[in-house]
Amino acid sequence: MTYIPISPNERDAMLKTVGVKSLDALFDAVPQKHRFPELDLPPALTEMEAASLLSEMANTNENVREHLISFLGAGAYNHYIPSVVDHILRRGEFYTAYTPYQPEISQGTLQAIFEYQSLMTNLTGMEVSNASHYDGATATAEAVSLAFAQFRGKRKKVVMSPAVHPQYREVVRTYTQGMGLEEVGDDVSIDPEVEPDAMMSLVDENTMLVVVQYPDFFGRIYDYTKLVEDAHAKGSLVCIVANPTAMVMLKTPAEMGADVVVGEAQPFGIPLWYGGPYLGFFTTKKSYVHKMAGRLIGETVDNRGQRSYVLTLTAREQHIKRERATSNICSNQGLLALAAAVYMSTLGKTGLQQVANLCYQKAHYAATELSKIDGFGLCFSDPFFHEFVLCCPKSGSEVNEYLLDHGILGGYDLGKDYPSLENHILMAFTEMNSKQEIDTLVEVLKEME
Amino acid sequence: MATIVEPTIFELSSPGRLGVTMPASDVPTTALPPKNLLRSELPLPELAEVDVVRHYTKLSKFNYGVDDGFYPLGSCTMKYNPKINEDTCRLPGFLYTHPLQPIETVQGNLVLMYELQEWLKEITGFEGMTLQPAAGAHGEFTGVLMMAAYHKSRGDAKRTKMLIPDAAHGTNPASAGMLGFSVVTIPSDARGNVDLKALEAACDDTVVGMMLTNPNTLGMFDEHIEEVIALVHKCGGLMYGDGANLNALLGIVRPGDLGFDVMHINLHKTFSVPHGGGGPGSGPVGVSERLLDFLPSPLVDIIEDGDDEMEPLYGFVTPKKSIGRMKAFHGHFGGGLVRAYTYISMHGPDGLKDISQYAVLNANYLQAKLRSTYTIPYDRICMHEFVAEGQFAGSDVRALDIAKRLMDYKFHPPTNYFPLIVHEALMIEPTETENKDTLDRFADALIKIAEEAKTQPELLHNAPLTTPFGRMDEVKAARELVLCCWLPENYETLT
Amino acid sequence: MNVPSNLKYTKSDEWFDPSSGAMGITDFAQSQLSDIVFIELLVEEGDEVTAGKAIASVESVKASAEIYASAAGKVSAVNKGLADKPETLNSDPFGEGWMIKVAGGVAGDVMDAAAYEKDCAGRAH
Repeated sequence: MTYIPISPNERDAMLKTVGVKSLDALFDAVPQKHRFPELDLPPALTEMEAASLLSEMANTNENVREHLISFLGAGAYNHYIPSVVDHILRRGEFYTAYTPYQPEISQGTLQAIFEYQSLMTNLTGMEVSNASHYDGATATAEAVSLAFAQFRGKRKKVVMSPAVHPQYREVVRTYTQGMGLEEVGDDVSIDPEVEPDAMMSLVDENTMLVVVQYPDFFGRIYDYTKLVEDAHAKGSLVCIVANPTAMVMLKTPAEMGADVVVGEAQPFGIPLWYGGPYLGFFTTKKSYVHKMAGRLIGETVDNRGQRSYVLTLTAREQHIKRERATSNICSNQGLLALAAAVYMSTLGKTGLQQVANLCYQKAHYAATELSKIDGFGLCFSDPFFHEFVLCCPKSGSEVNEYLLDHGILGGYDLGKDYPSLENHILMAFTEMNSKQEIDTLVEVLKEME
Repeated sequence: MATIVEPTIFELSSPGRLGVTMPASDVPTTALPPKNLLRSELPLPELAEVDVVRHYTKLSKFNYGVDDGFYPLGSCTMKYNPKINEDTCRLPGFLYTHPLQPIETVQGNLVLMYELQEWLKEITGFEGMTLQPAAGAHGEFTGVLMMAAYHKSRGDAKRTKMLIPDAAHGTNPASAGMLGFSVVTIPSDARGNVDLKALEAACDDTVVGMMLTNPNTLGMFDEHIEEVIALVHKCGGLMYGDGANLNALLGIVRPGDLGFDVMHINLHKTFSVPHGGGGPGSGPVGVSERLLDFLPSPLVDIIEDGDDEMEPLYGFVTPKKSIGRMKAFHGHFGGGLVRAYTYISMHGPDGLKDISQYAVLNANYLQAKLRSTYTIPYDRICMHEFVAEGQFAGSDVRALDIAKRLMDYKFHPPTNYFPLIVHEALMIEPTETENKDTLDRFADALIKIAEEAKTQPELLHNAPLTTPFGRMDEVKAARELVLCCWLPENYETLT
Repeated sequence: MNVPSNLKYTKSDEWFDPSSGAMGITDFAQSQLSDIVFIELLVEEGDEVTAGKAIASVESVKASAEIYASAAGKVSAVNKGLADKPETLNSDPFGEGWMIKVAGGVAGDVMDAAAYEKDCAGRAH
């Protein structure tokens, strides 16, 4: 199979124009002893064969729509995606275009991303959104870079809550290993009685950023207003890592005074896709816009007086600022930002409120029913949105194994990251979970020996 | 007041209009959290489904993609994106698997990742491969982190200098900058190779390594590549390969065989993953043996060997001295890895070599056709792209004008003003998926534009004239900074 | 191109006024950068600067640049208003566009107006 639209005759004519005898003769600059290696790869398949092979591989998986009842979240959520989203995404004008460096013929991408920025600022309450980052974890790491740039390296401490997604904390550590930072706060010996404000004792005049999650990794809803005030009193910035579906219902991080609000927008129209590609959103205050990494679309006019959009403040970015740039990021998640925009527009205010409410209702119904089973209960007493920590009579891994034997994908085994939470699993509920599924879960757990 | 060609989704909103709605709740109702934890307003648009479809369909028509026509954007490899990839990556088994599922339930995904890893190793000649990085720049950052970790593990703390040729992409110095390394720029020689004397002078025991794109952004395969690598290795540095231009090398030469220690691969360039209007990309990174232990975690591997009756079990492992995790979860699985896997499986060894041979043929053909009209500052057999000067003696027409005028001829312009070492650069990469007729028409258009530059320069200064939008006021955008739009005033707050 | 004769100039296109202690970027520099949209001053009143130290970071629509001190001394004033009106650097680089003033400034490696003018002419493309 080939996608090369050149016939042998045309090839020969072209070689003649170039003035070489053969295709191989184009590569004389390549060291001879390494030229034209024999690649040990399987022979080429036709489209029909490839389609069949990939189908077979995909079918080897057990997926959460056809095989498993899923209560797994922990940063990736099984939501309904309206049909419209993929129809728009499949338009070749969108998905086969490059970064909109030529605005005259890229207004589709530019206006769509401008709308995405607007939707995200309206959702978070913040003033500015960039055109997106790779995912929620890298967006969080970029918040640290923003703070580092804002203080020009004069403050060196990041205080991270242990209730920030463990993988996000890992990514922050990977990203910042060249900055010489002190990263503290995420002591994983969790005591359910201790409030998140406790880590405020670590915030001092050297702190550049405090990072908390909302709702936190355990699903708890906290009002961080006081924490933000206290952090600001020490001169530190605050980053809130927020779940977009929860923000549809809950007080906005902006109302709490957050300086940066980031997160994972996968719940907004992007399939689980075994972890990616997803969509990291990044919003902040206008005063930090020059320290923000990533692309940014701004409104302007063209020379015919038409309202239009361009990439703006590009001198912040790597292709101009090179080694002095805040980040080396070059792409954004363009097509998925479009997906999120279409998702938010298609559901609209009402549809999104319905989604958020269903998530909340199902999770609370499940919590009530699960608490009735002997040996099970809610670990934390705080308000929660669509995830909560379930205390189990056995280790999380044992409970999950048992559930899987019954066709149920259980929650996230917290013992992996938090030694004190060995018998705890993080359960997630969305509009995709019917009452019947929840009842099945309860029945199966009741039978657990 | 500017004319509005298409209102924003907010301007199209009308209170009370419904799009897709959700089923009623089937569980007993629980009271919402206390009011002080709830938001007081939700300023999001309200539209019907048809409004949304028409709006985004209209916007799509303001775009130009590879499906619309020739897109010779240098160093971006805008090749045709096969449609079968769009189907395979949306198979339910891939779409609906959660990244944290037990490995026993996602063996299909893991086999795909493992095989793709092995294939990419075979294609590039590296010993190890991570699929985790989300894009080329992310892969670069991963690579530079590994280089830093390697030196650190050897107690070699004085290495702080990264050598980067003057033709490099901006991401190279930016990646080095993220680790606090200082950048030493190495000039190119008259034939577009790394200047060996300058390189030798810069090589000492403070060198972290060198970041080299080969073929470079001039489209030139470095004629002394082995000497370049030897010099860097001799002073204890590591050799980073920017794989942006890998489309010239499939089945031609393996960077690992040449001595590169680490290289990222842009699946969205070489392996036909669509660019998506700016992303998502996918940037796996290959490493030589000495960097294996530093690869990011987790990596896909066989964790239990199979036998006659049992398939092997695929799972995740963490390399011994891993730099850590580069992103949540495992990489751009659905959008990147499945498409690339589909593409490679349909090419095989010979098909891959064809890709690079025809990509190089097409570039050389265009170069040959344009040579008498445009100055080609580094004029020899090029690889998959070449750079011409977009300026003419005695004319005030610039590369930008030529680029914009090409739009009137229904072509996407080439990359312009890059690489920085060529004045008024036009960097042209046709890719292998264009036929001779298209290349001829494109060359004719450029030749005609050169003529217009002499006879009607104003035409070029004002171009494009036939596109839905004209040139934008970038200064206004940057000075006024309107970065989002808001709902019209009739919007109601929540009660 | 405007090159006031009472000022001293660096090779990297900053000026220094020995009489007032003020410094900033030259007319040539602002024209090369084109439309400036952002300036961040990197030093505060009371800081000691040495010649060649970065005192500001400037971004235009197309370019970005670090601005270096043209003289050493203790910073006696910084032009805080510039942040809100970065376009001043384009319209009046030697006047309202001054960046900082130093007390008892000692010029670094500088040249006079005639030499600077010659230097610019050599670099103009």
